[in-house]
Amino acid sequence: MKTPSRIRWHLGRVISRRFETEAAVRLELDVPTWPGNNAGAHLDIRLTAPDGYQASRSYSLASSGESTRVVLVVQEVTTGEVSPFLVRYLAVGEEVQIQGPLGRFFVWKPTDPDRSPVQLIAGGSGVVPLFSMAAAREHEAEGAAFRLLYSVRSPRDTLFADELAGFSRTIVDIAHTRESAPGAGQPPGRLTRETIAASTFPASLSPRIFVCGPTPFVEAVAGWLVELGHDPARIRTERFGGMS
Amino acid sequence: MDVINSSFGGRRRSRDTRLPPGQTLVDDWPVLSAGPTPNVDESRWSFSIMTEDKVTHRWNWDELHEVGVEDIVTDIHCVTHWSKLDMAWRGVPFDRLFEDVETSYDYVMVHCSGGYTTNLPLEDLLEGQAWIATEAEGEPLSQEHGGPARLLVPHLYFWKSAKWVLGMDMMPSDDPGFWEQNGYHLRGDPWREERYW
Repeated sequence: MKTPSRIRWHLGRVISRRFETEAAVRLELDVPTWPGNNAGAHLDIRLTAPDGYQASRSYSLASSGESTRVVLVVQEVTTGEVSPFLVRYLAVGEEVQIQGPLGRFFVWKPTDPDRSPVQLIAGGSGVVPLFSMAAAREHEAEGAAFRLLYSVRSPRDTLFADELAGFSRTIVDIAHTRESAPGAGQPPGRLTRETIAASTFPASLSPRIFVCGPTPFVEAVAGWLVELGHDPARIRTERFGGMS
Repeated sequence: MDVINSSFGGRRRSRDTRLPPGQTLVDDWPVLSAGPTPNVDESRWSFSIMTEDKVTHRWNWDELHEVGVEDIVTDIHCVTHWSKLDMAWRGVPFDRLFEDVETSYDYVMVHCSGGYTTNLPLEDLLEGQAWIATEAEGEPLSQEHGGPARLLVPHLYFWKSAKWVLGMDMMPSDDPGFWEQNGYHLRGDPWREERYW
């Protein structure tokens, strides 16, 4: 292939970090050579130990738009080797290598000529790339109707809680699977085909749908959406982990 | 220009020499797909190879197995940085399927249920390098892993091992398939880290 590589490694410096929840950290990186953030895209982080040992992982961007600031929200996988380092040890001022933005399929662009409604459905930390799409939509005066259905264990596990509460252009529904908010008036529970039908754009509107979460979540949700009459070709998925 | 992350490395996994650069061993088998898992029934499934002369070679489920299955033990490497070693597979080698295919074209475009496509040079499919796999780890391929049949091209990143495979067309040039149009490398050799372009 003669085309020169568009993707290369950049140096990012951590300019802020704070705990988003007990188990997830929000990292803001300054990346002077960064080409910008496509909403929904991801990047690769490469860490190098003093003896030269390296490890790479992919993370979704929480940031969007033309900027040299990159925001990640990383949830700790306790048995992992990279996420515990990012969540607990990566310090302000430290540099990491990053590559991206990666992926042109699971993205939303304000310039997209398709003006159909956009339905976002997140399970757990799968909300990160969908948040980035909804945040990009917030900055547009006009555009597709947006709706987010976010399934999360409890209010204290909710990522981006403040921003989601402030969104004005995206209808946000949060479903708690284990523990509801005080006074919520409804018990916690996993999403079902019926709850999805009640809190998403119907198939008659032919929405574009982005689903992101753990594999069993995405398998179930995408299957129900097809049963509810949505065109499989309009449903894009991003999964993490096996079926276990 | 690597930066050193001085407090990183304490929880490293063992580094196996069979792991290509940037890859990490996993114990489970992650699922990655661009859309909903299609429901492909093996009783109605068939696989076809179409040449530039519009000659179509087609095998249904029973005919495919009559071509002759092989047992394969191989490592697989996903572009998203995970690898699994010594996986047991069963499948039909492309060498057999191409025995009667007359073509002067050097590339194929693979087609799958759900509309997924991926491109491959013919030389990456022949000489014992690729199969149509129908079993993994002693079990029929599950739907989410591409059942009833998927490509198995273990020397390339696993997005080339297309799930729910239905057929392939011979093509004169190496035109990009689905992920290749969406930023992934045209060939995808894990040992050369051909992830993106």
